[in-house]
Amino acid sequence: MFVAIWAERDGDAGVVHLAGRRDGGAAAEVVSLVTSGLHFPSIGRHHPSAILMERAIQDLHGLIADGLPDPRPWLDHRSTYEFKPVIGAGVHQIPVGPVHAGTIEPGHFRFSVNGETIVRLETRLGYTHKGTLGLMRGKPINQAAQLAGRVSGDSTVAYAFAFVRAVEQALGVVVPPRTIVLRGIMAELERLANHFGDLGAICNDAGFPLINAHGAVLRERVLRLSAACFGHRLMMDRIVPGGVAVDLADGDTKALTTALPALLAQFERLVELYDKTASLQDRVVGTGRLDPAIARRLGCGGPVGRASGQDFDARRDISYLPYDILPIVVPCFTSGDVDARVRVRMVEIRQSVALILALLDTLPDGPLRTPLPDDASPRAGSATVEGFRGDIFAHVRVSDGHVAGSFLRDPSWFLWPALEVAIEGNIVADFPLCNKSFNAGYSGCDL
Amino acid sequence: MRRILIESLFRCKLTEQPPLITDAEKAALVGHLDRAAQRRLGRSLAIREVDAGSCNGCELEIIALNNALYDLERFGLKIVASPRHADVLMVTGPVTRNMRDALSLTYEAMPAPKFVVAVGDCACTGGMFAQSPACVGTVGHVVPIDLRIPGCPPDPTTLLRGLISLMT
Repeated sequence: MFVAIWAERDGDAGVVHLAGRRDGGAAAEVVSLVTSGLHFPSIGRHHPSAILMERAIQDLHGLIADGLPDPRPWLDHRSTYEFKPVIGAGVHQIPVGPVHAGTIEPGHFRFSVNGETIVRLETRLGYTHKGTLGLMRGKPINQAAQLAGRVSGDSTVAYAFAFVRAVEQALGVVVPPRTIVLRGIMAELERLANHFGDLGAICNDAGFPLINAHGAVLRERVLRLSAACFGHRLMMDRIVPGGVAVDLADGDTKALTTALPALLAQFERLVELYDKTASLQDRVVGTGRLDPAIARRLGCGGPVGRASGQDFDARRDISYLPYDILPIVVPCFTSGDVDARVRVRMVEIRQSVALILALLDTLPDGPLRTPLPDDASPRAGSATVEGFRGDIFAHVRVSDGHVAGSFLRDPSWFLWPALEVAIEGNIVADFPLCNKSFNAGYSGCDL
Repeated sequence: MRRILIESLFRCKLTEQPPLITDAEKAALVGHLDRAAQRRLGRSLAIREVDAGSCNGCELEIIALNNALYDLERFGLKIVASPRHADVLMVTGPVTRNMRDALSLTYEAMPAPKFVVAVGDCACTGGMFAQSPACVGTVGHVVPIDLRIPGCPPDPTTLLRGLISLMT
């Protein structure tokens, strides 16, 4: 499976790194290629999921991917963007964004429609490109970890988790057992908050705001628990290289074990409402179907992939601590519609609560940090973490306590092209619903 | 009737000159109207949010303002879909080069008078991205800021405090 492709440039020389993973659950492996001149062979010719990343490489480093099927600029917005032509009687275009009607991230959607039916959707992103990877280069490891936690705010825990695991692998650091469990608790709280929010937001875009009103409250309860336990609602900068920045007090353990089952009980009432509301079912079942074969070809992970037959979850398949504590149940459906994407999240909500309770039950005593070694030699490490929208891959090169280079691959790189395919033949009015059920991120892949 | 109409056409106009109103009288009337309007309408602000390159952390907390616990709209504050309907432009992010034009266009599309609220460390100071060549720096480099609400991200209570202060 294709995982990521990224590059580095040093004067007239370039190096391109390619990460791939074998089917059946192995950690990603990285191969590197020194470019010839500024050229390298395009992987996107064979793996369409690599095309956007190669376009980004061309923009960021001035390297050229030979044979790249779509060489248009991606992150570089200085020239006029040529959208793909759509030709046919009665076809017209609807441009949307980058500033949207709702409070969401900026991006441009170009719909070509015939009547109400979407013939083609093209997404154009890059609006939130802020040079994060460039800023990380040369920074002390701790500062770079804070930047990693701001690649995508909704996944700040998962990003910090992935980044520090890559650093710790590079430096051969073993973190204390208490730290490992606390990291797992934070990661599952983050998943819980996001899934509660998404469940509500998807129903809202199907014209059913009642579940959104309750979903938003459930999300808020989780954020307040996170703030009470770890001192920050989104738990930013709580996972740090070598350990965690805050401890969990005994009282907080009790608060979590009391509150989470109560939230789950409220959630089950929403599930019942979702199941029994025919008008809502009418909107979500069969809408925005992503074919499993396309999900596989485009490398979709997370709830989107699992709703379209991709039986993969990094917590189970690239097993990492603390997820050896419970057998991870991976919900997998083949219907690939909005409904399936909702149902994957529902199963994962229950699983996250079970995981947090089990982790609290085994929380060992001990220190919170292992100091990083004063090791000047250049090393590299990588890690994969299952965030709420899919697997996040992190690769880092460290040298003398500083980051020499890194790459953080968001699941959204694979979700946007899949959304373009899934939306074809749906009506314009169902786009917000389909889009929300994918919930692809912008900042995460604009980098 | 015809005769009366024809006579009217040729006769001098009956309508008199408008009464003279001094500038002071005019100002007093305008002031009175303003105060009355302010009393009735001034307790409400329509907010248009623009993400100018944030990590989306600020957006999450702005969205949370609409949940039942914070209930933003009870304060007369409403997030609206179009800049044409907005009194307040709420901006997050370190203003990426790729969002600079969209931000200033959104500001220009708003009717005056208008306020700009910079939300989050990135919008206020550039935050961790201040040194990035891909970013403009702060929101203040593109549109004039009236209120700053720092934080990474500011929590909903902090946001509410800032927004309520804007109305008083």
